[in-house]
Amino acid sequence: MITVDILCARFARLSTDDLQRWIAAGHVRCESDSGAPCFHEIDVERVRLILELRHDLDVNEEALPVVLSLLDQLYALRRRLRQLGAAAEDDAARS
Amino acid sequence: MAADPYDVLGVPRDATPEAIKQAYRKLARQHHPDLNPGKPEAEAKFKAAAAANDLLSDPDKRARFDRGEINAEGQEQRPAGGYRRYADDMAGTRYGPRDSAWSGATYDDPRASGTHDDPRASGTYNDPRASGAYNDPRASGAYNDPRASGATPDDIFAEFFEARRRAQAAPRRGEDESYRLDVPFLSAVAGATEVLTLPDGRTLSVKIPPGVETGQVLRLRGQGGAGWQGGPAGDALIELRVQDHTLYRRDGNDLRMDLPVTLKEAVLGGPVEVPTPSGPLRVTLPAHSDTGRQVRLRGKGVAAHGDRAAGDLFLTLRVMVGAPDAALEAFLRDWAPEHPADPRAGLEGLA
Repeated sequence: MITVDILCARFARLSTDDLQRWIAAGHVRCESDSGAPCFHEIDVERVRLILELRHDLDVNEEALPVVLSLLDQLYALRRRLRQLGAAAEDDAARS
Repeated sequence: MAADPYDVLGVPRDATPEAIKQAYRKLARQHHPDLNPGKPEAEAKFKAAAAANDLLSDPDKRARFDRGEINAEGQEQRPAGGYRRYADDMAGTRYGPRDSAWSGATYDDPRASGTHDDPRASGTYNDPRASGAYNDPRASGAYNDPRASGATPDDIFAEFFEARRRAQAAPRRGEDESYRLDVPFLSAVAGATEVLTLPDGRTLSVKIPPGVETGQVLRLRGQGGAGWQGGPAGDALIELRVQDHTLYRRDGNDLRMDLPVTLKEAVLGGPVEVPTPSGPLRVTLPAHSDTGRQVRLRGKGVAAHGDRAAGDLFLTLRVMVGAPDAALEAFLRDWAPEHPADPRAGLEGLA
């Protein structure tokens, strides 16, 4: 598991204030490992995505939830599409 | 960063391996250092072409470069779209769509509306994490992880940082600092106050109790590193090194020294003056002494300290014959010992 310190060490431009705000807003998730927050690889990539949106693409803090929400919907649809595709292939193989 | 290998070789990105090989050979002939002596730019071009060919002639490396996994120098690069790799996977349900103003109104969840009735399909993507989060009545439900036993990530994070802040703000004791101090022999015997100059220019008065030995560590409370946030200072730990002495030797709490005496003092005894650590002392030597005889001066060794009594000073006599003396020679020539004895008797047996 990845601790806050490791996460902040991976991204020079990540401050704990930003991270705390994004966690409070639900943009990034973490879990509790005996009281200390810890992160999965997907959370690390999520932080990278947010940093790229905020700093490289100049998405401001107000627009960030909109962008993330749209992305989350898009990925949810992609996952569902993939499952439907897999289910259709199963059906085709069985019949 | 090296230039794009396709540009270096001047080939299109879909060039065949043969075209790449031809382009490389042409450049290699053109810029070979042996054919262009004294032209460093030719050598640089030759090296660049060789590196580009190295990358593009290997189908595996070329494919990885095309996918952006390695750069033109062949080094690993983070694949683009790192988040997508996870989000497309089932792990992506960690960040499901949110029940919020922008998504809730238009997003038609088949599970929620009940139109999706395929038991197999719903079984596969009915991830407990995702559905649990989705059905949370609170607006922030998408990130309420049921595995985290009720605490939201926000709570975890806030508590952790609060605890960390408190720990940093709490008074903390300073570090202990270690020093080394050379103690003169007599200070270790009698006790003394030595001055230790610290690296930062401060000086410490170090009270040396009598009887300290090399390797002993004195702890000066509160003389180490400063404390944080009002915490107490650390201690200064001072390792002592007792220096040798030309006259005295330590033997636990006792001291030993050789005392030179004249022939007359050895034979007749009498008062002599002995330099003890606590000052000159008149000692009456017993008559009939010899080299090696020990005389104990009680309480003249290491000074008493606490419950420990003072040690003794042992004198070992050394008879010194001294400068040539005509009278002594005349006396010895006519002298017949009362009890003739051979001081070397028995030495043969030991040899």
